[in-house]
This record gives sequence, C-alpha cells and structure tokens, in this order.
Amino acid sequence: MAENSTPSVDNAASSQPEMPRGEPRLRLKGVWKSFGAVRALSDVDFEVYDGEVVGLVGDNGAGKSTLIKTISGVGPADEGEIFVEGQPVKITNPNTATHLGIQTVYQDLALCDNLDVVANLFLGREELAPLHGLKENDMEKRGLAVLQTLNVKLPSIRATVAQLSGGQRQSIAVAKSILRNAQIVLLDEPTAALGVAQTRQVLQLIRRLREQGLAVVVISHNLADVFEVVDRVIVLRLGKRVGTFIVKDTTPEQVVSSITGAEFGQILETTNGTGGH
Amino acid sequence: MSEIINTPKVNSTAVEDPHAAAGEAPSYIQRRTIGQLLRGDLGFIPVLITLIVIMVFFQIITPHHLFFSTGNLTNLFLQTAQIGIVGLGVILVLLLGEIDLSVAAVSTLCGVVMGVLSERLGLPPWISIPGGLLTGALAGFINGYFTAVLRIPSFIVTLAASISYSGLLITLLQGQASLFIQNSFIANIAGTSTSYFPDSLGIGLPTASVLIYVLYRILNHRKRASMGLRNPSLPQFLAYLIIPVVLVEGAVILFESNHGVPYSTGILFGAIALFWILLTKTSWGRHVYAVGGNKEAARRAGISVVAIQISAFTLCSTLAAVGGIIEASYSFSATTQVSPFLLLNAIAAAVIGGVSLFGGKGSVWSIVVGMLIIGSLANGLALLNVTVDRLQIIEGLVLLVAVTADAIIRRLQARTGR
Repeated sequence: MAENSTPSVDNAASSQPEMPRGEPRLRLKGVWKSFGAVRALSDVDFEVYDGEVVGLVGDNGAGKSTLIKTISGVGPADEGEIFVEGQPVKITNPNTATHLGIQTVYQDLALCDNLDVVANLFLGREELAPLHGLKENDMEKRGLAVLQTLNVKLPSIRATVAQLSGGQRQSIAVAKSILRNAQIVLLDEPTAALGVAQTRQVLQLIRRLREQGLAVVVISHNLADVFEVVDRVIVLRLGKRVGTFIVKDTTPEQVVSSITGAEFGQILETTNGTGGH
Repeated sequence: MSEIINTPKVNSTAVEDPHAAAGEAPSYIQRRTIGQLLRGDLGFIPVLITLIVIMVFFQIITPHHLFFSTGNLTNLFLQTAQIGIVGLGVILVLLLGEIDLSVAAVSTLCGVVMGVLSERLGLPPWISIPGGLLTGALAGFINGYFTAVLRIPSFIVTLAASISYSGLLITLLQGQASLFIQNSFIANIAGTSTSYFPDSLGIGLPTASVLIYVLYRILNHRKRASMGLRNPSLPQFLAYLIIPVVLVEGAVILFESNHGVPYSTGILFGAIALFWILLTKTSWGRHVYAVGGNKEAARRAGISVVAIQISAFTLCSTLAAVGGIIEASYSFSATTQVSPFLLLNAIAAAVIGGVSLFGGKGSVWSIVVGMLIIGSLANGLALLNVTVDRLQIIEGLVLLVAVTADAIIRRLQARTGR
C-alpha cells in the first residue's frame, strides 16, 4: 500500500517504501498525544506487517515510548485511529491490547526471580485442574514446545529465573508473550545491558519470531543491532515520524542523520513539510 | 525445586531447526558447585546439621542423658505445638515479604475469646472453638485490609494491632488474670493424659499420608516419562521417596513408644501438610510466591495482589488462633498475659528454618526444623537448669545468625543470578 502520509526523507531508499503485503497487522493513523503543553506525538502514522520486524528508533524524547504505550494500552492516544488487520479498534487499557494479540516485553521483563521457568511462563494464566490444582506436567510440556520453536536453550525448564543469563531471561519474557497468543510483539530495548553473545541470542530470537509470522516492533538505541535484524526502520524525531527506511537499501549513516536531523538541508525541509500536515 | 537432569528434549515433536544458533549443545547442562547447591536445593542442610548438633550436644551434656528419651522428645513436640502452628502462619506472611507482629496477641486473644464463650457464657465447644477461630480470621482480615488496600506498612499495622489486642483481652477477661478452662472437650485437645490419638489412628493416619505421597510421586514419575518430560535421576527419585517415609515412620515409632501421637502434633502436621499442598500445588500458592518474589510482575500478570495479601494475612491469624486454642487447652487456662516469647519464637522458628524475610523463598516444612531448634534450646537448657535470662541471650544469638545467613545467601545469589 502506498504510504502517502509517510514523509519521505532523503534518498530513494525511503521515498516510496514498497510494502506489497496488503493489509498491515497493525496500523496507526494520525496519532496525537500531549502531556499538558508538551506535544509528545503529532500526527504519527505507524504500521507493521505479519512476518516483519520494524525498528522504532529516535533520540531520547522522540516519542518512541509514548507510541509504544499507545499501542500497549498503557497510555492511550488523545486522537488517532488504530486498525488491527484492517478492523478499527480502540485500545484503552492493557487488557484490550492483550485481547487483540498485542504483547509488550518491557525492559524490566517482569519476571519473578524466585520462580522457575515454567511458573514464570504461565504466571497468572496457569492451566488448572479441579480445585485450582496446577497442571504442572501439561504446562511444562507446552512451555518446552514454545521454547523449542523459539530455539531457546536452558539448563533446565525447572531452573529458577535467578539462575539464568540476561539473554535467557529476555527469551523467557518473549516466550511468555507467545504463550499469551501474541500476534504483535513489542520489544522495549531488548538488547540493552546484554553482553555480545547474549545479544546475538536475542537477535536470533527476534528472527525466530519473524519466521513464526509474527509482527515484531523493536525499540532500540543500538543501530548495529537494528541493522542486523530489522526489515524496516521507522524514525521518530520530536514526536513526528520523519523517516522510513528499508534496511537492506540503507546505510546506518542515513538513519543516524534522520534521527538527529543534522545532515542535509533537505531533511529539514521535509520535516517542515510534515509539520503542516 | 529445580533438578539437574538429562535430555531437555520433548520427544519427536521437536522441530530441530537446521540453522539454529550454533555453538549451543541441545542438551546443555549447567554444572553447579557445592556452594551453589547449598544456596539452592540443599539450602536446608546447614539448618538440619545445626539441629542435630544442638540435640546431640544436649544428649551428651544433660544429666542421665535425658534428652533423647522418648518421653522428653514427646514433651518437646507438646511444648512447641503453639510455636509451630503460629510460625506456620507467619511463614505465609513472610512469603509475601510482609511481617505480622500481632500473631502472639491474636493467638492469646483467640484463646481468651474461646475461654469466655465457653466458661463465662457456657456455650458448647462447637460454638466456642469456631468463635475463637473466627476472631483470628477477622483480626487477620483487618491486618490484610490495611496492608494491601490502604498500603500501610504491615510492620506498623500489625504492631498497632498487637497493642490493641493485648488491651482488648484484658477487657474481655474483666480484670481476671486467668480464666480456668473446665470444658472437658477443650481441655482434651492438648491438655490431658488422653490427648493422644489411639494407636490405630496414630499409626494409620501418618502412614496413609506418606503412602499417598509415595504413590503420587511414582504415578507422576511415570506420567512425566510417558509425556517425554525430564525426571530426576533414580538415586534422587529414591531419596524423594525414602527420606519422607523414614522420617514419618521414625517419628511415629518415637511417639508410639511413649503415649502415642499427641493431638496437637497431629493438628500441627496436618496443617503443615495442608498448607504445603496449597502453596506448591495450587494457583493460589503459586501467586503467593509470585507476589513475594516480584509484586509488580505479579500485578502485570493479572494476579490480584490485594486478594493474595488479604488471604495470607487472614490465614496467618487463623492459624495463630488455632495455636492459641491449643495453648489454652494445654495450660487449662486463658490468660491476660501475652507470652513475651511467643512472637519472637514463632518468627524466629520460621526464619531459622530458612524462610526468607525478604519474601518469595522458603517452604512450610522449614517450620519443623526451626521449631525444633528453638524448642530444643529451651528444653535442653531447662534440663540443665539454665535460667530464662541466659536462654534468651542464646536464642537471640541463634536468630541473629539465621537472619545474617539468609541475607548473605541472598546477596551471593544476586551476584551469581545475572
């Protein structure tokens, strides 16, 4: 579909992002959000397709988290439309987002260190026998199957989360969202604070999510990671969407200049153009 | 508990990806050092050794080597029944990372309520005993409401409750220092020479329970094998079966060679077994541990933190009531004096047994070891005619060591955790 509303920035790479896949899994149109006098998002469009990894980048205060919060239901937008599979929806709280198949993995992961992997995977969604008994074996089997599709390696699925590495913990948090039937997974800084090997593990995991046909949104400051795993980069600056890049046709420099807005005069022009939107 | 076991594979359903991350063996087993094991699965070993050392020490040093006589050991369980049951309740609250300083006052208050209903008002035991228990449940609900809904620190809420209830029970007894309990049913719970199970039940109940446990484990083992899930290694599996059988039957033999199994001991172990099942086999228990481990994560997972907290406080105070009723029965009286040792001993027994003060960690069975350590110190030092002042000094030191060990272990875990 043609992204007319997406301001095209600099090079040919992004001028007409070709998205031949029909209806996006999730589409936001004309989202506005203010905190008092501060305008956090101005007329932002956003879309992510099944089997696609979108990188959401931008400097601090660019509106990345605000945008994610409008999608996850934590901070609904003031104005704007949201479509899931083309159907208009209202996301007013985290529960409606969950029902729509949207799962967010926050930076703090929200895992219970004292519980084992299975307990964490099914926390709050335990499979129950009569009298609230836990169906441990069934949960363990389903948990193992999900970890296997994500190709996550653990010492034992009965190890407590405290015993796991940062990458493994991130994997558990993602697997948890899959078990909650996620169609769209939002990852907030998934590789921050991880070592080299663990970062590779997590990037591998993101690729597996794409192979499973999920729509994945990755917020990251780390452009190296973004370029390794992402299909499309959406750049926010000062609450506006200022660029869209197909990663395979783009250089990191182009993205950086779009993030900072500090390169060609051309960018400034385009941005101004968007402002009048 | 996590086990180090082989073959993480689910059976043939596994879709092995050809370009799976290289360099990671499919069955990647983490080797753990003895130190790590001591911080994890085998964390109870040091406490157990401490208990054995204390017991052997008193056996050697007491005149006529009285300590290990069956009569004295039965006595030990009779003396510690209240600590054990109140401590069991404290564990529920500690698992949430909260504290309940009102258990001793609530326990005594409920004994008094039962006593007043039974002796002053002449009501039958099937009203007076539930009356005492309901008083406990209500007191716990109030603690839980203030802590969970109004978000007042439980330390202050329960301290205030403790002070109020100490006054309330004096009011209830109308100046009488202690109320003699004459109702034979109540007195028979723990106080008389017939407060023991008949041999058929004394042997039968624990044996049946442990057999059910063994059967459950074997069936579960086979089920897991058929589902392709990992099972513990054979020696480990046998240890899980044999150790409980030996402990239970050993205790039964011990009691039976004296007067039999006391009712109060039966109530204590029945309650421990019940709460062990609730905490490890139901979603409620899972949520208690989750709230204690990471409240925010539990909340985001859709768990009602408020309901979990209120239920834990309510059950804690109800168990305190059970302890108070047993104590009233054991001493034939309801007194205005809240025992100054009960609160310390109940919390100490839980913490010494290995329940973390910081929440989310510990098993209800640890109350048995903790209670026996506290009880053995009191019992053994009494046999030696050591006075209460020195007993208190020693108990205080043991508690300090236990809490310090807990804090240090936590710090080491946090270091290896990441």
